[in-house]
Parts: sequence; structure tokens; C-alpha cells
Amino acid sequence: MKPAPFTYHRAETLAEAAEMAATLDNARLLSGGQSLMAMMNLRYVAVDHLIDLNPVAEIAGIAIDGGRVTLGAMTRQRAVLEDAALAACCPILREALGFVGHVQTRNRGTVGGSLAHLDPAAELPGLAALLEAEITLTGKDGARTLAMADFPQGYMTPDINPGEILTSLAFDLWPDGHGWDFREFAQRHGDFAMAGVGSLIALDAGGRIGRAAVVLIGVGDGPLRLRDVEDILTGEAPSDALFAAAAAMAAARPMSGDALVTETYRQHLSGVLVRRSLARACARATEAAHA
Amino acid sequence: MPDALPKRTITLTVNGKEHSAETEDRYSLADFLRHGLGLTGTHLGCEHGVCGACTVLVDGQAVRGCLMLAVQAEGRQVVTIEGLANEDGTLSPLQAAFMDNHGLQCGFCTPGILTTLTAYLRDHPNAGEPELREALSGNICRCTGYDTIVRAALAAARTIREGAKA
Amino acid sequence: MSSTAFVGQRVKRLEDPDLLTGKGQFLDDLKLPGMLEAAFVRSPFAHATFTEIDAAEARSMPGVIAVLTAKDLPPKMTGKRILLQVPHPQITYAVTQEPLATSEVCFVGEAVAVVIAESRHLAEDAAERVIVDWEPLPAASHCDAALKPGAPVTHACMTDNVAGRLSLGFGDVEAAFRNAAHVIEARYEPHRGTGHPMECRGVVAVYDLVSDAFRIWSSTQTPHNTQRAVIDMFGMAEDHVRVITPDVGGGFGPKNQVYPEELVIPAAARLLGRPVKWAEDRREHFLTTTQERDQVWDVSAAVDQDGVLLGVRGTLIHDAGAYLPWGIIMPYISATTLPGPYKLPAYRMAVTVAFTNLVPTTPLRGAGRPQAVFAMERLMDAVAQKLGLDPAEVRRRNFIQASDMPYDMGLTYRDGAPVMYDTGDYPEAQAQALSKAGYDDFPARQKAALAEGRHIGIGIGNYVEGTGLGPFEGATLRILTNGRVAIYTGAAAAGQAHRTTLAQICADELNIDVTDIDVVGGDTGVMPRGAGTYASRITVNAGSSVRIASVELRGKALALAAAKFDVKPEDVELTHGAVRIKGEQGDSVTFEELAKMTSGMPGYALPKGVKPDLEASGYFTPPQATYSNGSHVAEVEVDAETGQVKILKYTVVHDCGTVINPMLVDGQVQGGVAHGIGNALLERMVFDEDANPLTTTFADYLMPTAEIVPNCDIVHMESPTPLNPLGAKGAGEGGTIPAPAAIVAAVENALTPFGVRITDCPITPQRIVELISAAQDTTQEDR
Repeated sequence: MKPAPFTYHRAETLAEAAEMAATLDNARLLSGGQSLMAMMNLRYVAVDHLIDLNPVAEIAGIAIDGGRVTLGAMTRQRAVLEDAALAACCPILREALGFVGHVQTRNRGTVGGSLAHLDPAAELPGLAALLEAEITLTGKDGARTLAMADFPQGYMTPDINPGEILTSLAFDLWPDGHGWDFREFAQRHGDFAMAGVGSLIALDAGGRIGRAAVVLIGVGDGPLRLRDVEDILTGEAPSDALFAAAAAMAAARPMSGDALVTETYRQHLSGVLVRRSLARACARATEAAHA
Repeated sequence: MPDALPKRTITLTVNGKEHSAETEDRYSLADFLRHGLGLTGTHLGCEHGVCGACTVLVDGQAVRGCLMLAVQAEGRQVVTIEGLANEDGTLSPLQAAFMDNHGLQCGFCTPGILTTLTAYLRDHPNAGEPELREALSGNICRCTGYDTIVRAALAAARTIREGAKA
Repeated sequence: MSSTAFVGQRVKRLEDPDLLTGKGQFLDDLKLPGMLEAAFVRSPFAHATFTEIDAAEARSMPGVIAVLTAKDLPPKMTGKRILLQVPHPQITYAVTQEPLATSEVCFVGEAVAVVIAESRHLAEDAAERVIVDWEPLPAASHCDAALKPGAPVTHACMTDNVAGRLSLGFGDVEAAFRNAAHVIEARYEPHRGTGHPMECRGVVAVYDLVSDAFRIWSSTQTPHNTQRAVIDMFGMAEDHVRVITPDVGGGFGPKNQVYPEELVIPAAARLLGRPVKWAEDRREHFLTTTQERDQVWDVSAAVDQDGVLLGVRGTLIHDAGAYLPWGIIMPYISATTLPGPYKLPAYRMAVTVAFTNLVPTTPLRGAGRPQAVFAMERLMDAVAQKLGLDPAEVRRRNFIQASDMPYDMGLTYRDGAPVMYDTGDYPEAQAQALSKAGYDDFPARQKAALAEGRHIGIGIGNYVEGTGLGPFEGATLRILTNGRVAIYTGAAAAGQAHRTTLAQICADELNIDVTDIDVVGGDTGVMPRGAGTYASRITVNAGSSVRIASVELRGKALALAAAKFDVKPEDVELTHGAVRIKGEQGDSVTFEELAKMTSGMPGYALPKGVKPDLEASGYFTPPQATYSNGSHVAEVEVDAETGQVKILKYTVVHDCGTVINPMLVDGQVQGGVAHGIGNALLERMVFDEDANPLTTTFADYLMPTAEIVPNCDIVHMESPTPLNPLGAKGAGEGGTIPAPAAIVAAVENALTPFGVRITDCPITPQRIVELISAAQDTTQEDR
């Protein structure tokens, strides 16, 4: 299982990388390599040129400024997992990143690489959707920013034009004391999720849900924000009945199915996971309120 | 017959020693270590990043040797199973613990497990069994059923901690 | 007088220092001057014919030396198929693979051409460019469907998919069922899994023109099988074909077979006059290395009012895959294993072996027994359920007792001898397992958990396993002129630490240290006769041979020393690598000196009347198989909403007779259980209706990991056998054999509130949820 031949290009700066991306034909960008190199070894993908972004330090890094987090695309998944400041202000990241592959995967895998790859079961795109992140794409002639909601165009097809490089992800923090939960279902830890849920809950002063965000991963072409679920949650007091209603709503969504995992099971799983996720997110929010 | 594909020379440090050798752009780091440098201790079990047999340390971090290109390791510090023993040739605490606790049978997955654990125990010297099992979840062993590996890792962790105190 | 300094001890492995420091020499580590590498062109269709292979573009690519199709192989190979190693009169079409398919392929992955190039990378580039004019044909994708009228035929020359039929039985089955108080009927379907050693297969071949001889390295369990096949294919003499096993990274059964690559690569090496290597990659392993476990059992058990077995009958459909490299032995093993540790007055099993357009099946850790134990243990649980009895009690009422040994259970084993269980205490094994597992307290624990909304369950799996299969595995021992002792044996190792085990046995007889002994195995040039490492047979056979030869060698050393000192052999004794006169200091002669005396060195005179051979051989031939047994108890927790199963506790009572090295036996048991957990919960090779494999990477085919496999509580019982000098039985497969049965029983027990019945394995979370849902629908309907 050796990859087909290609020419390797090492980009030292973003400008160099953008120049290469604009001029090389049949080229792909190499970030962590944890998905791309496996596909190339299997010869599912063959390119003439690989542009290595790993030396481009200017697009790696974690910045937290005035309630807004910016993650450079080449930030290693491990760095996000272990960052104490991030864990304090955005604890769902740590919980979710723990599901991303294994130690070895996270040592090389990057935030931007996972986003650009857009595997339906990937955690980072799910988080980006949940947090309503903005994605910055940079090319030779400049940069543009788009909302995560507009980023997936189809199955593993992000809105990235030829010559563009995903350079950063940014989102606003939820207020202190918000509740969170990320969970997914797989037979073994680190496997691709059959279904996964991320929930964020903010309670108002009266203990009702003031704001809710819920995302499903692994069930369709891309991350699925459950706006209808969020609508029925908003303004309500947390309760088992509420979570059950949310779960039923989630489970009613059409989902993907194949010979190995059926749509019916995915729907069932989604319902269970949404219910459990909301229960814990609300419990955490309630706990924080009483702290 | 046309020439074979172009090669380039890369220089990197492996197990403390600098090496310069030729590689094709598409050779994985594992391929390069094994065939370019003759360090066959690192093994290929799946070449799609799941089994972990090819795990080596690059700048101290455990990575899949099959998913990293040799050319990406230019200028880096790489450690393989051949570099884990002590300077005087005696087994490291981890290697010795594997021997004492029957932590290997066929030995094919062992290089990846040793490098993974070497890095993990360095970063988590007080790791208990659940953490170790999670740390090992990216390495597949078909022979042992893992309990002796975990036992060896716990024993090694104890030895290392005691050595650090001394 | 032999000591027991080593046998029975947890001796550390001689293999470890090299393996721990990266000095192992596995197949892909081999590098010979001028060596080329190979990549095969493989069929993307499960069944197809072809007439033309266009390799013109491939041949012109960088670094490509040759592209060989069946037409390009030497004339001697034309029209020949790989030697069938286990013929049987009941086989209808004894078909094995051609080295390269000539016109028809019968499973996805079957090879039709090979590219030889300067590197594997370049070979793969060229292999992609080979064009074959495939004409796809309908394919048979499951053994059950394959036997139905009108099913697609696996082989175009056949009119059906019957590979063979067998019938076994004894006693009056009709009467048993007539007189039964209860009859339990069920269909059980264990599913296909794979071996997946961490090291894939591989072959390196060198042909020497001057001596007209092959040297072949293969990552195999049995170099003698490969040698036999090469000799047969090329028409060469056995001393012109040497097959050597390097370090082997796991075997588990499939590496015991002979594969087309082991014939094509030597042919290529000879044609091209250069060494050639082929190292299988994991995708090829998924496609071409043999698999096992697909079976369909339709069985009935007749019991009296107390749940005592009166008879069992049924049919078994066994999936052979597309070819029969190991004949039809496996379903035979399954059928003879079914009765297990229970008294069965009457039995009949009709076996149909079915061809399918899937990867061929051959013995894989357990070799047909896990499926048989699954069927029998599920039947026992069904009896318990029907009669409202504790599953352990039903088994107790049916066990063969220790006092019944040796017990003729009524059938004939694969070696032609009657299945006579030699020793073992089955009731005691279960009792100890239940005690260790806290079985009697379990109902209370289960109730308490249920009150918390948690579903926990417990399950039992008992088995009896024929091990130590003959015909032989010999050993030759020699004291070398450097004073070390060499053991030469046919046995090839793949992680079982033969070097250590065999050294332990010899060390005790010769009163030396295990580190004074070098074991060389798995090389037909060193040991011309060998049967192989499979069927849990090496400790029994090679171990016994080493014991016999060690005793003989000890006698020779003593006699030689006595002659040198001019005393009687009774007056000398062994002492740590030397022989001395008893009771006296000073007069001793070292092994080194003794060896030099007998090596023909000038200046060393042989004592009068003594023959110059400080060497001894043993070829232990077992009179019959020896029967290991065990009892497993699994405790699980099931998340009834997601179907996730977690193993909380796993208890093993394991009886393999005399234990040579408890550390190694524990390792085999724990590792075997891990594989069994895979068969119970995770591992399934899935094919679609066109027989295309759907699970072809480790992302889809799930192997047990450190987070899934618990530490087993292992209790050793030792019921030594009188059938070999060691009293030992095989230990390599017992961990796997009853594990799926015990775990599935535990899952079903956990789901008692839902009334779910599980009849296949692996049992996945999705399936559990489906079963719960179906059971709840049924309950709804009943209302």
C-alpha cells in the first residue's frame, strides 16, 4: 500500500504556500496527514503535488482575545486538547478532542486539516458548527471569511476554491458558567463515531434555558445543527420530559445508512445521545449556577 | 526503460546519530527508516494509521511512521525501538519490565508499543491502569490480550518514578 | 536424575532481548543483494473470466523488470494447482488455487499477474496499469444461499456449490427424540472473522543456478508445507528446496496454509536470476489470507424432564470459500467438537460444505471449535431457559465425570482414532470457574444493578479440545564443540516462545541453564521432517521429542564420560555442563571436551567401544489426540439503549495437563480470550450480495484493543495425560474456543427483562438494539 508518485513541496511561509497552491496543478495541501496519507497509501487519492503546510508557523496557534477564540489551522489537535486556558473558557473542546483518534493521531493532526477534510463523523467540524465558527481561507490574492454553516457543500466537499488554504477558525465564547457536553458512540474509543452529539446550554437567571446549541455528527454528509431542537429547548426549564422530546425530534431526522450501520439505528442512537447530552449539559450549567 | 523517480537527500537525527540518505518524495518515514537506513525495528502492520506498529518518536512525540513522509522528518530528532536501550546497552526500565512481565509474544507490535509508552510515561509518570489502556488504544496487539503489556507499563512507571527520586 | 529447575517455572523468554531492541528479523526485514520486489495484479471481481492480460504499459514503466502472467510461468507449472495438503474421500471437487489464475477467478483478490520491479512502490505503480479483459459472472456470497437451487455457481465448471458432505453420529437418535420430554430447536450462525496477525504474509526467494536449488523464506507456520508444495509444483527433489522461517509476527492458523505467492515468487526468482521479495500489505491480507467461522447450524436437542441430554441432531453448513487448501477438515472438527464435555447418548450431524466466491476458509485459532461450542452452549442455555433451571445446573446434570475417564464419546477424530477423552475433570473445572466468578452471588448483584437501571449478565462456556495432533514433530539434540546444546526441530514459532519452552525441557534433563541452549526451528534444511505449528500441537509433540532425545543424550554423555574415566555410567553424574565422578572433586569432563572428543578432532581419542555420536533424536508420535478442557465465565454490562457491551469480569479455568511455563500459558490464554472477545463482539468480515468485501481496513474491521479486553482471572488445573512423556496438552486455542459462547450468553442474560434470544455472533450494538426492539414489538402485539 504505497502511494502513487508525487512531488513534495515544502512551504516555509503562508505566501509561499499560497503561491504553490495557485500555480501547481493537481496538488493537495498536507497538514497533519492522518487522513490524507492514509487515503494516499490506499491509493484512494493520487496527486501530482503535495504542498506541506507543517513548517508554516504563522498559521498555528491559539489566541483568546476579548471573548473570541482564534485557532490557527495548523494548530495540533493535541495542543487544543491540552490548552489550560481553552479548557477553562471552552470546556467542550477538551471533551470533544479526547474522541479524536488516538494519542498518535492528535500529535500530528491539525484543526484545519480536519475541517478541510470534512469527514461526516469528525469532531472538529461538529464543534465548528456548534460554536458557529467563522472560517478564513487565504489565497494568493487575499483572504475571505465564511460561516461554518456555509462551509460544507456536500459529502467531504468544503467550500474551498482552488488555490485557497484554510488558515484559521474563530468563534465567540459562550458566557462563563455555560453547560456543555460532547459524546459519541463507537464500539471502541477513537473509532469513527456512528453518531455523536455536542450540546451547549446557557441558563437564564430563572434557571430556564436561555440559549441552546445542539449538533449531530456522523449521521449525514456533514455536521447537523438541530435548530428545531434548539427552538423547543429555548425558554424551557430543564426536565427529563424536555430532553425526551428533544431526543424524539432528533431521531425523526433522515440520516445516512449502509450495510454496516442502518439509518434506523443511527436515528435511535441519535435520540439516546441527544437526551443524555442535554441532561448532562443542563446539569453542568445548573451546577455552575449554584457554585 | 525510463529512469526511476527522482530522489532527494535528507538529513535527520535518528537515535542520537545524524544520518543523510536518499529518499523518494513519497517514501514514508517508516519506509525510510527501514530500507533507507536499515533500521528494521520499526514495523509496518497496516499502512493506514490504525495498528500503531510503526509508531516512532519525532521530536519526542509519538507519531505514525506510515502517515508521515520521510522528507517531512528533515532536520528532526527521531527515536525508534533501536534507540530505547540505555547508553551502556542495558535495557531501559520499560524494556526490562516487558521482559519481566511477558509483555510480548511475537514482538511485531512491540516497537510501536514501546515508543508510545516511552513518550506517555515521560509525560504521565503517575499514570494508572485506565489511563494506560486509553494511551494504548491506538496500538493493536493480536497475541497478548494486553494485560501483560499494562502490567509491564505499570512496573516500568514505578521503576522510573523511584529512579527519579534517587 | 533430571531436575525441575525449569519445567513448571515462569522462565523468562530467550526470544525477548532481540525483539525488545529491534533486532528481530521478520520477512520484510530481509535484504539480499540485487533483490527485487513484487506486487500482484488482483481481481476486483468475486467471479469472472478473462482471456487477455495487457501488460505492455506496465512493462514500460520505471524500474519494472518483468510482468508475469500464468502464460509466462515455467511450463512445468502450466495447468497445475497448489498441492492439496489434506485430501478426503468426501470432497466432491478437490480444487485449490493455481499459482496465477489462467482464465477464471473465484474471489476478489485472486491474483492473475505479478509485477517484479526495483521497489514495491514502483511495482504497485505498474500493477495499476495492467489491463485485464474481465467478464464478470454471478457470484455466490453466502454459504446458506449458495446451496439453494438456482444459486450462482462458485466455479464455472460445477453445477452446484457442494464441496463435500459428511455425516457423523452414533446411537439411536430417532428413539432419543421420540422419548424426549422436551425438544429444543434452534439455528445458530457464527460469522466470518479473520486471523490478522500484526505481521502480514511474505515470501523471499533465491534460486541458485549452480546447485539448481531454491532458498525460500516465508512468514509461515510450517515451512515443510511450503516445501512440499514447491517440490510438487516444480518437480524438484526435497534437498533442492530449502524453506526457512524468519521471525514470524503471529500466525493464528492462516499462515499454516500454502499460498500462490509462495510458488510464484520462487518461479520469478528463477526466471529472473535475482532474489525476489513479496511483502503482503494489510489490504492484500484482507483480500487473500484465509479466514474462518461462517457456519449455519440447525440443531435440536432432546432432553428428559430433568434436562439430561438424550440426543442431539442437526445439519451444519460450512462455508469453505472459493477453494479447499485444507480440505474439509474444519467442519469435521466442528461436528466432532459439538458434544463437548457432556454425556450424549445419541448424536447425528449432517455436514454440507459449501463453496462460495469468498476468500477460502482454513483453521483459525479454534479451528471450527468456537462455532461448535457456541452451538452447544447456546443449546444448553436454551434447555435451562425452557425448564426454568440454572444454566450451570443443567450442565452439571450432563457432565462426563472424572471417574468416567478415559471416555469414548462415540466419534472418530481427524487422525482416524476414536475420540477418547484421556483425562480431565469437567465438573470441577466449572465449579472452580463459578466459584472464582462469584456466580452464586450474581443474581443478587444483577437485581441490585437493575434497580439502578443497569443491565448486567453472566454466561458460561465449557469446552473440550483435541490437541497435540500427530503425526509427529521431531527434535534432534547435539552437544556442540563450544559446549552449548543445540536443539533442531521442525517447529516454527510465531510468538509462542518454542525456543524457551523446548529449552526448559532439555535444561532439566541435562542439568544446564536454558541460556546454554540454542533452539533452531522452522528450517527444512536443518530439520528435513516436520508437520507444523498449528492445532496446539508443538509442546506436546516437539516437547515430548525433546524430552525423549534429552534423556537419550544424557545417557550418551554419561556413558562417554564413564568410558573416559573407566568407571560405570552409574558412577558419574551431570553437573552444570560437565560430567563428574560422583562424590569426588576434580575428575570431571566438560560438555565442550566431550563434544570435541566425538567431533573427529585429532588429539582427542575416543574411549574403546564408544561410538562418536553425541547427538540424539526424538520423534514422538502421539497415539491419539490429548484433550484439553476449560470453563469460562463472562460477566458483562449492556447499555440497553445503545447496545454497547462492556466486559466487567472474565474468568478462565484452563486445563492443559502439565504446564511447562505458566507465564507462557497465561499469555496464550489471555491472548486467546482477546481473540474470542473479537469474535463475540467486534470482528466480522462483511461481504455484499456480489461477494465484494466491505470491511477491508482496520477502520471497518474492528480488532480488540486494550480498552476492550479485561484482565482475565486465570485458574490452572493440571490433569496430566498418560499419552506423552510430559503429561502435557495443547494450550494455544483454549482461550478463544468458548469465549464467544460465554460472552453472548452473558449478553442474553443481561437482557433477560427484554426476553431477547441471541443466536449469532459477533453480536453488535446495532443488532442488540434491533433484537430488543423486535422483542418489545412482539410483547406489544401480545397485549
